[in-house]
Amino acid sequence: MTTTDPSAALTASPVVEAVGVHKRFGSTRALRGIDLALQPGRCLGLVGRNGAGKSTLVSILSGIYPADAGEVRLYGAPAPPLADVDAWRGKLATVYQHSMVVPTLTVAENVFLGHQPRRGGVVDWRGMREQARQVMLDWGFSIDVRQTCASLTVEQRQVVEIARALAAGTRCLLLDEPTAALERDAVQRLFVRVRQLVASGVAVLYISHHLEEVFEICQDVAVIRDGELVLTAPTAQVSKEQLVTAMVGAPRGSDTAEPALAVPARAADAARLALAEAPPCLVVDRVSAQAARGSLREVSLQVRPGERVGVTGLLSAGVATLARVVAGADRWQSGQVLLDGQRLTPGRRDLALRAGMGYIPEDRQAEGFVKLLSVAENTTMTITDWLARRLGWLSPRSRAAAARPLARRLSIVSAGLGQPVGELSGGNQQKVTVARAIVRRPKLIVAITPTRGVDVASKSLLLAELAEITAESGAGLLLATDELSDLVICDRVIVLVRGEQFTEFTNPPFDREALISATEGLRSGDGSSGDSRPAGPAAAEGQEPA
Amino acid sequence: MSETDRRPAPSDQPASPGPEPVADILGGRSRQAAGISVMRQAALVPVIILLIIVGSFVNSAFFTVSNMTGIGEQVSSLGVVVVGESLILLIGGMDLSLEGTYGLAPMVAAWLIVPVTAYGSGLLLSPYLAILVLLLVGAVIGTVNGLLIVKGRLNGFIVTLGMTVVLAGLQLGIVGGNSVFNLPPAFTYLGSGTIGTVPVSLIVAALIFIVVGLFLRYHRTGRAIYAVGGSLEAARAAGIKVDRIRIGVYVAGSVLAAVGGLMEAGRVSAVTGQQGYQEGIIFSVFAAAVIGGVSLKGGRGNMVGAASGVVLLGLVQNILDLSQVSNYWIEAVTGGVILVALILARVIGGEAAAE
Repeated sequence: MTTTDPSAALTASPVVEAVGVHKRFGSTRALRGIDLALQPGRCLGLVGRNGAGKSTLVSILSGIYPADAGEVRLYGAPAPPLADVDAWRGKLATVYQHSMVVPTLTVAENVFLGHQPRRGGVVDWRGMREQARQVMLDWGFSIDVRQTCASLTVEQRQVVEIARALAAGTRCLLLDEPTAALERDAVQRLFVRVRQLVASGVAVLYISHHLEEVFEICQDVAVIRDGELVLTAPTAQVSKEQLVTAMVGAPRGSDTAEPALAVPARAADAARLALAEAPPCLVVDRVSAQAARGSLREVSLQVRPGERVGVTGLLSAGVATLARVVAGADRWQSGQVLLDGQRLTPGRRDLALRAGMGYIPEDRQAEGFVKLLSVAENTTMTITDWLARRLGWLSPRSRAAAARPLARRLSIVSAGLGQPVGELSGGNQQKVTVARAIVRRPKLIVAITPTRGVDVASKSLLLAELAEITAESGAGLLLATDELSDLVICDRVIVLVRGEQFTEFTNPPFDREALISATEGLRSGDGSSGDSRPAGPAAAEGQEPA
Repeated sequence: MSETDRRPAPSDQPASPGPEPVADILGGRSRQAAGISVMRQAALVPVIILLIIVGSFVNSAFFTVSNMTGIGEQVSSLGVVVVGESLILLIGGMDLSLEGTYGLAPMVAAWLIVPVTAYGSGLLLSPYLAILVLLLVGAVIGTVNGLLIVKGRLNGFIVTLGMTVVLAGLQLGIVGGNSVFNLPPAFTYLGSGTIGTVPVSLIVAALIFIVVGLFLRYHRTGRAIYAVGGSLEAARAAGIKVDRIRIGVYVAGSVLAAVGGLMEAGRVSAVTGQQGYQEGIIFSVFAAAVIGGVSLKGGRGNMVGAASGVVLLGLVQNILDLSQVSNYWIEAVTGGVILVALILARVIGGEAAAE
């Protein structure tokens, strides 16, 4: 590294420190007296449920909001005023879940965004490229600095952001759910980089919903609940159960370890299984589709009423494409999709909805809800034709009446049904998206990664709710996900490799290892629990690992 | 849309009886939210009152019934166009060609009515039929814009900019650059008639504001307009017929612009080549909408705000007229006052206003 190391002199003292930080938003007390310190050369994991105050704390530490009371100290001195951007630069950097690179600029430009090296008053392009290359080299990143960021993968964009922070001489990184959008391999590579940074003395704050990640790379862990730090300890001294207990609050029963794994075994399940003999509600017949994020080649599958079918695979395997095609959100080129025997029109989401297709989209920020509109309005957006009276007039009261039972059932936490969804926490936003999908009582629910970015408790609630709805209403569920823990509620799991059906697991519970190797295109030697069988002619291809 | 698939509203879902803390919070919250939104909507009221006070000092003739109805008559045609533009802004679009439609549609109608000697077509169409044609011209222009922008995926700014110039050219072309006078009373009634002392145009414009306002608030298509403007993708995923709504709004906007043009033609008892494009009314249209809190980014705004924007603009114009500012300076002053009003709207209305 060419940069100086400001923390060298004060190795023992914390790089960033929050002392008694309070923050209020209106009537909500987001943070109540947080004391937190980041030590050089250590990675601190910060965990907590959605809405616990993680994001607020990050925003205060990185100088986006002022604290109401208490102070933030950087390198032992009080933090500079918020307006003084230059004073903050180089002291601390935040890498967000959603990429903050400018896609139309090159990697080198992004690394030096806003403070390009200059020569005689103009941008020194060659020098900038050289320096960017040097940063990449120093840290063992391999990205061509001349390409534009639009052509980079999500993982590479993250590397660019980290490189930008390092180029500014930062010795402190805040990583806000960095793995949310990454594939398994990429997560492992990120961990290698984080360990390398920590080893060289950088202080890292690592925020995640995945406790196993925290155990994997963090030396310390802090749990935040309702705006208070309820537990801070070296990772080696706490168990996963203790963390979950601290996150949730009250001591819980036996399902603490992996709450999501508790499959709801309800009486209704018997009735549901009786439906298994019914004709399929969804038939996908040799569908091929071209899509940037993974094409499909002659995929066929069926879902019976009440049946829960999982689809999984690598990011580029076409898992999301399949779900989008079925939901009517994407077009397809050949083959057909039938819902209850009715042929669907490619790319017509409105027709699919009226045919009885519920849809929980992947990117909830973009497709899941309208952030300016209220909880009630978003929840009932799919049933305005039912709610409307003569000539399409619609009273806010009937909307609220239709939304209220769902809001209660999914325990959507809001300041009322009139609150704009944009003001809710991520988990509650996702619940609104789910409510919007199920309010129309669909025959089939298509869900894409419905638990992404949702805290552990909300996650198990959402999955249990999806399971219960299918059991109660006899709706089929097509669950497309790359989070294997979501698949616990499924009766079958179909694995896609490079847009083709690779194998199918039919005996729950499914073996995690077998699933992972199947997504990589490897045949597991007779899985211990999951009964894996090759599916059709497609199985012959795609043998080689991706 | 289709009423055949109507099913019982899902209000019979398992609802736990008992105390309802949610409802309390809901009541408080929605009352509070309603309070804030009323405040936002009423943000311009102090400015309007201030203007009225200033106007009264500037000229004693200002605060009189005849002057006030005069302002009403003057702003109603602009107001109707503002309603159209606000609808288009709400879905996240923009239409510069409304000023072209505002000029061309009444010109075509007038051209069909008057004899060849008065630069007409010689068809001597009945004024009622001509008004029908005027609405049709608006609908056709809106459809072309909507199809090019929504189905053709062209940029709305450049499409409607091009359309503006085409329409203005047609407006001059069909009458060889002349103005059309001597229009039949049936044609000018909307713009110049009165009921008692109240101008018909003011009544009609107010009705349009009220009906569109209620439509936006209480009609499912009105709510879908907010959904589309708030997030196109989310609206699509929720099964809203996004393309149809967007095209429909472009059509509605252009028809309203045509109606506004008819009012203006009636008010001045002529259709000139200058009406619309050469007057540059689109600036006033955007200014009124944005001062009134309709977001250029879509999904935010309402008719109360838009109406107060129009009133504010009308008062400013009138006060400047009465204060005998030199004709050469009046545009600079008007523009400056509008900029100040924008800043005020932003300050009073908070972050969300005037973006």
